[in-house]
Amino acid sequence: MAIDLRTVSITPLRQTFGHLARRMGADKPASRYLEATMDLQPVENYHYRPTWEPERDIFDTRRTAITMKDWYALKDPRQYYYGAWTLARGKMQEIAEGDFDLVEDLGLAAAYPAVGKELALKVFLPLRHVAWGSNLNKAYVSSYAYGIAMSQAACYASMDQLGVAQYVSRLGLAFNDLDALAEAKTAWLQGPEWQELRRYMEDVMVGQDWFEVLIAQDFALEGLLYPLIYERFNEKLNAAHGPVFSMLTRFQREWFGETTKWLDAVLKACAADNPENKAQLAVWIRAWRERAVVALKPVAALAFGDDADVILEELVQNLNARAAKAGIAL
Amino acid sequence: MSNAFIAFQKNDDSRCIVEAILEDNPNAMVDDQPSMVKIDVPNRLVIKRETVEEKMGREFDLQELQLHLITISGHLDETDDEFTLSWNS
Repeated sequence: MAIDLRTVSITPLRQTFGHLARRMGADKPASRYLEATMDLQPVENYHYRPTWEPERDIFDTRRTAITMKDWYALKDPRQYYYGAWTLARGKMQEIAEGDFDLVEDLGLAAAYPAVGKELALKVFLPLRHVAWGSNLNKAYVSSYAYGIAMSQAACYASMDQLGVAQYVSRLGLAFNDLDALAEAKTAWLQGPEWQELRRYMEDVMVGQDWFEVLIAQDFALEGLLYPLIYERFNEKLNAAHGPVFSMLTRFQREWFGETTKWLDAVLKACAADNPENKAQLAVWIRAWRERAVVALKPVAALAFGDDADVILEELVQNLNARAAKAGIAL
Repeated sequence: MSNAFIAFQKNDDSRCIVEAILEDNPNAMVDDQPSMVKIDVPNRLVIKRETVEEKMGREFDLQELQLHLITISGHLDETDDEFTLSWNS
């Protein structure tokens, strides 16, 4: 008996979901990110208004002064949907854990010079409270933002900050056990160097406009704070006492580098949408940048002494350059 | 003139690679099969790391494409930035 092998070509009826095909203008395969993002938030047929804000819909574009023709233009260039984000963070965490293990196995933290430890704990450890505040502020952005593109990325950033707070705490534990955490909390609540920064954080917490909160927290504050601590201060400690501090702060450094790409892309898309957005972003950035400089000045002085002003000025220039690149003239 | 070609298993990563190839090779022809995609380009097919990275939104090592690779034809020239298949003619 002869068996005839025959190839049958089966063409799929469609390449992606209808709402994506309509958006892209053609039925072509879409990425998981697009499938898990575009147009997922309800936009109509709201039967009930929130009891806590009856003049608005549950999802409402009027919660910010920013307007967009298409809120899904605020896409994440990293293309994080939940699965991709957890995988990326899992990888980063594995590497960071490896560094913590190495430091512990070789007794590197115990061997770190006492002067370096003291400086690191004084300048760095109160930032665990900043990270926690950042978690809260990003969560606010995530809850009130319009469109899944924005709210999911803000939610991931918010959870990332919990991770950051934990890594900061663990550095403290490695350097000086529980005393480090208690002292950092006292410094945060009472130390005169920290009160401006604390006021800044708490003012952002009561901000109403979610896009302004994003600018104040993510762009103005973290855009200055992360380079100040994880680049400049890190370099200073490395030069004087070896690379242990770098190893224990790897997660934060990588996180900032990556998250900056997202934030800059969001600002660029937002500024490109209309001139009113551009003007509004410039107003917010100017105002919060000035405040962030005031808030960080005492911290920078703690870290760098007399060089603090020069370093902060450089970081402000870099931040201005990022704004300019996004098309925002300050 | 012969075609240089490359075929990938279909998945989220290879979709980005294919998009990058189509952008960098204007004469590319796509043969979309279930679970496989084959791309033919007359004479020379190039895959650029930079374009793939842009499509994927992350850093990409060109050797990663081997994970999704089914087959190729053409002389292979591989650098950190480009993966090129070509025929001498």
